[in-house]
Amino acid sequence: MKLQSRHLLGLEGMSKEELTLILDTAVSFREILDRPIKKVPPLQGKTVVNLFFESSTRTRISFELAERRLSADVVSFATAASSVSKGETLKDTARNIEAMKIDMVVIRHSAPGAAHFLSRVVDANVINAGDGGHEHPTQGLLDMFTLREKFGSLEGLRVCLVGDISHSRVARSNIYGLRTMGAEVSVCGPKTLIPRDIERLGVRVYHRLEDIIPHVDAFNVLRIQLERQKSGLFPSLREYHRFFGLTKERIDRAGRPITIMHPGPINRDVELSADLADGEHSVILQQVTNGVAIRMAVLYLLGASN
Amino acid sequence: MNKIIDSAGFGRTVRRLAHEVVESHKGGENLVLVGIRTRGEFLARRLAKTIEEIENRHIPVGILDITLYRDDLRGRLDQPHLKSTEILFDITGKTMVLVDDVLFTGRTIRAALNAIMDIGRPAVVELLVLIDRGHRELPIKADFVGKNVPTSLRQEVRVHMTEVDGEDAVFLVDPADQPKEAQR
Repeated sequence: MKLQSRHLLGLEGMSKEELTLILDTAVSFREILDRPIKKVPPLQGKTVVNLFFESSTRTRISFELAERRLSADVVSFATAASSVSKGETLKDTARNIEAMKIDMVVIRHSAPGAAHFLSRVVDANVINAGDGGHEHPTQGLLDMFTLREKFGSLEGLRVCLVGDISHSRVARSNIYGLRTMGAEVSVCGPKTLIPRDIERLGVRVYHRLEDIIPHVDAFNVLRIQLERQKSGLFPSLREYHRFFGLTKERIDRAGRPITIMHPGPINRDVELSADLADGEHSVILQQVTNGVAIRMAVLYLLGASN
Repeated sequence: MNKIIDSAGFGRTVRRLAHEVVESHKGGENLVLVGIRTRGEFLARRLAKTIEEIENRHIPVGILDITLYRDDLRGRLDQPHLKSTEILFDITGKTMVLVDDVLFTGRTIRAALNAIMDIGRPAVVELLVLIDRGHRELPIKADFVGKNVPTSLRQEVRVHMTEVDGEDAVFLVDPADQPKEAQR
């Protein structure tokens, strides 16, 4: 059993067997993270470049750690989105990567499809670390891994994504991955932040938290981006919090524990109250640890054998 | 396919190896067994069970997956399935007996030693194998050997164990005997 593609561009179209292979492989790497020496040799002699055209702390550090723990040589390149114009420059960057004989590329870019574009023009394995509002496959995988670790299986698990679905690559990767693994996925948010035809992806749509809370095992709470307010998609953060902010009082009405996830960084007391984020049913920090294991698994599966 | 050890012989060999380990360590308190996946694991469990019966005390058993340490990872087309290493005790300062089914080139043992050193620092590491078939490519020698089997490079030694193969036996396979799909 191996992955069909030599790149990880998105979870859309990946089979249940492929996703299971990545999740199972990550279990082995999760164990390595608890050892005194957290380093293994399968990517020895490989060079990985991290191209971050968009700001990111968590994802970049997580990828860098994963690469170093597999003994790869790592080069990181970060630039503000403003200084890099799309298209021509990305192609130029790609040519430079080719010239430097790099084996794997991790790319974060504000343009949807940037990773696909790169995979067509370079010889290296390409891993998508987030391309605009399209996909963020390793985040989707680490969310699935965390849920599987907590619940044992994803089959029939009821997961609700709350917040800005329209602009969220995390939501898209979660929906594709979780649906393939047999989970029941719903989305909840203001009408202005949910794409009109989202039901086609096999999810149920809710516009009131009260309607979904009784029917859910886990919430994946998405970050509300402050610039969305300026574009008039919701009136104010305070109003967003009143209708779509997850709070302990709201959750407690379910009368049973509901797991809380968040891809970070959290706007405390906007989309998620501080007591829930730090509460006993929050797995937010496990998500961060598991992120390193998932990225090690993906890097290993794509890079170790060719 | 030539059966060189049958079920009864298999049991006797494992019992003898267990006695050899006990005798060599004279009841050492620090003894732990670590089996290399897949058949080394089951062999280590059986040895530990026998040693526990003789010594009347618990012998910790760990499982080592060496996939990440293989030196042939890059050339392979089929990626070996990565499984977990499960050594749930501190190996530092312990007397470790590394257990595998067949000793051949020694490359598996090289990989296993590197993996062990990344997990901790045992006081002593010894090697126990069921079959030593010769043709070493690295300076590695076993401390306990179930049976020395002289082989040609083209032959294959196949160890079957009840836990995975439904029977205990060791076969020596000549290239002519091998069905097409079994040949690499």
